[in-house]
Amino acid sequence: MRIKQLLIGMTASVIAVSSYIEMAVADLKFPMLVYRTGAYAPNGIPNADGFVDYYKMINARDGGIGGEKILHPECETGYKTQVGVECYEKNKKGAMVFQPMSTGITYQLIPKATADGVTIYSTGYGRTSAANGKVFKWIFNAPVTYWDGASIAVKHILSNNSNNIKGKKIALVYHNSAYGKEPIRTLEVLSKKHGFELMLLPVDHPGQEQKATWLKIRKARPDNILMWGWGVMNQVAIKSAASIKFPMDKFIGIWWSGSENDVLPAGKGANGYKSLTFNAPGTNYQVHKDIKKFVHDKGEASGDGSHFGTVLYNRGLFQAMVQVEAAVVAQKIHGTSKITPAMYRDGMENVKLDEKRLTELGFKNFSPPFANSCANHGGSGLAAVQQWDANKKSWSMITDYMGSDRAIIDKLIAEDSGKYAKEQKIAERCN
Amino acid sequence: MSVELLNFIETVLNGLMSGVMYSLVALGFVLIFKASGVFNFAQGVFALFAALTLVGYQTGQVPFAHLINELFGTNYHNWYASMPNFLAILLTMVTMIALAWIIERLVLKHLVNQDPIILFMATIGLAFALEGVGDLMWGSDVKVLDVGIPSGGSIWLEEATIGLATEGSDYYGMYVDVLNIWATVIAVILVVSLALFSQYTKTGRALRAVADDHQAALSVGISLRSIWILVWAISGFIAMVAGIMWGTESGVQFSLSLIALKALPVLILGGFTSIPGAIIGGLLIGVGEKLAEIYIGGYFETGALENWFAYVMALVFLLFRPQGLFGDKIIERV
Repeated sequence: MRIKQLLIGMTASVIAVSSYIEMAVADLKFPMLVYRTGAYAPNGIPNADGFVDYYKMINARDGGIGGEKILHPECETGYKTQVGVECYEKNKKGAMVFQPMSTGITYQLIPKATADGVTIYSTGYGRTSAANGKVFKWIFNAPVTYWDGASIAVKHILSNNSNNIKGKKIALVYHNSAYGKEPIRTLEVLSKKHGFELMLLPVDHPGQEQKATWLKIRKARPDNILMWGWGVMNQVAIKSAASIKFPMDKFIGIWWSGSENDVLPAGKGANGYKSLTFNAPGTNYQVHKDIKKFVHDKGEASGDGSHFGTVLYNRGLFQAMVQVEAAVVAQKIHGTSKITPAMYRDGMENVKLDEKRLTELGFKNFSPPFANSCANHGGSGLAAVQQWDANKKSWSMITDYMGSDRAIIDKLIAEDSGKYAKEQKIAERCN
Repeated sequence: MSVELLNFIETVLNGLMSGVMYSLVALGFVLIFKASGVFNFAQGVFALFAALTLVGYQTGQVPFAHLINELFGTNYHNWYASMPNFLAILLTMVTMIALAWIIERLVLKHLVNQDPIILFMATIGLAFALEGVGDLMWGSDVKVLDVGIPSGGSIWLEEATIGLATEGSDYYGMYVDVLNIWATVIAVILVVSLALFSQYTKTGRALRAVADDHQAALSVGISLRSIWILVWAISGFIAMVAGIMWGTESGVQFSLSLIALKALPVLILGGFTSIPGAIIGGLLIGVGEKLAEIYIGGYFETGALENWFAYVMALVFLLFRPQGLFGDKIIERV
């Protein structure tokens, strides 16, 4: 009798466990590489909160994606490349997509993810030439790349100088890392085209001390400064620029140098500082209303909810939305809600976020429209310029979304990705 | 005067001012090392913790708010709008003294007579633990620290030096950040106060006695534990000053703890046991790295010498004078 009971019990347990496993497999796994600790945590936290709140909202409002719940396990990288790779290895099984949140980690994951068949989505960061889908099948960096960013910043400077910057001096203050060095090649080509002098000023991690850099700037007196900074480097640079009385409206940061964190420590001195962006700040969007209703009002906010509507939080929303949309598209293409990582990649490659779709998703006028394709994983290459108002303590968009110098950027992407394809012996696709 | 010469003077001046900021961090290391032979790896985190605590008090932040709200489902964040700077600094000092007492009770007391390397390892653990506690207590957002110290380029100096340049030359005047001038004044006051305290007070003399010889100090009835608490409290106070200066410059955030790395070459140069050494070492490192970045940085493709050149200087110095400029001479008796 006891043996019979035991056997029945064991059978029931096996059935229960296997049905749990089946349920778990059916869920869509979106692992998150985050940095909620360490030197870059002030930027990592709001961004991660944006992701989590969006996933929670989709699970609560829509019951997941096509009925499949989103699982979003977090792995703490501390913005360290090696730890990021370990996080990827730990979580890659069954993962739909990874968002490395670091150019260094992205570079390391490109060959690994390609071999493993896992999608990498580095939104507006990572290896720029990964925009060439013919070579980088599994890597996406839409809606805009660093090279687009460099070109758009120069375009903005051109528009403020009657389209003539010949003989002008533009300094690039950059994080001395793979990330910070990304725009150099583009700026070198642009300097030849437009006749401006390029001054390169690297700042080592973390960038707490930059006095010599700013003494150099004070002596050289560049007409404009571009910045590719991250973390404390941004705050010190903006404060130093204000301190040497550099005109802040001629200081433009990339989209990772344009959050509230970067300008607040400089106080009034930061007034007029500009940065590029591909997402709007604030909470006046349908997606925020939905998050408030389905997540925050139920006491489910990620963190203390204090980052709601900040630049990096909103960027997290945008990144998560694209990742969710890719799953929606994949489910449509393959006619099943239970998609595999390979199916998910197909979805990401066919994401089409035009104005109509962005409005449906609650992102009307929030970000530039874009579409991926087999050959183009870099999106539309559109970004806008936002400016900081130190009195109101808020950012406001001062331009429309604008495109980059495609003739130059496309050529550079083709060159760099072609070189990579040759090294890695990758046959071009989409032909 | 030629513009080149004026620029050179400006670089040296700024190097000296930066050096003072490094010395502020190095001073805390020296005090603890002198009194207890412990190389306190947590000194940078002390500065961070003090700055976080100061901003927390200033803005009325509820400590451990996130944890409390998570555990009890509450929504507490602030319990008052603001606190006067003087009171907030005073409360931070009390907190740092309490921290010194806790460290002595929980860590040092149990490690008396252990090898220096064990004590060093303990301070590494302490650094990470304190960083975690700081995060839990005050959160990891970038915080604006304003205790009323002015910052920005000195307009007076700029205007006063414009006329020094050769007539007709294109010169903007000399640049020095007012915050750095304040840091220099505060560092001078600190060093003088420390010197007077250790020279003319009973406790100060006891402190020097412990620094010279633990056993001899114990034999004349000096309480080693009280001295250790005192020394850790003083270095906590110095960390607070350093935290205020660095935090005012960059905002208070967790990368502030990395300023300890700036103090290491200063200590190698100045010696681990000398307060004047920490000052002179800081000045030499400050000037050296600024001159290197500006005058030879251009010859390096990667640039950014400012951060690592200090270590090159320290390494070279180690080869010729391992005990540092003012450190006690290393004598091994066999």
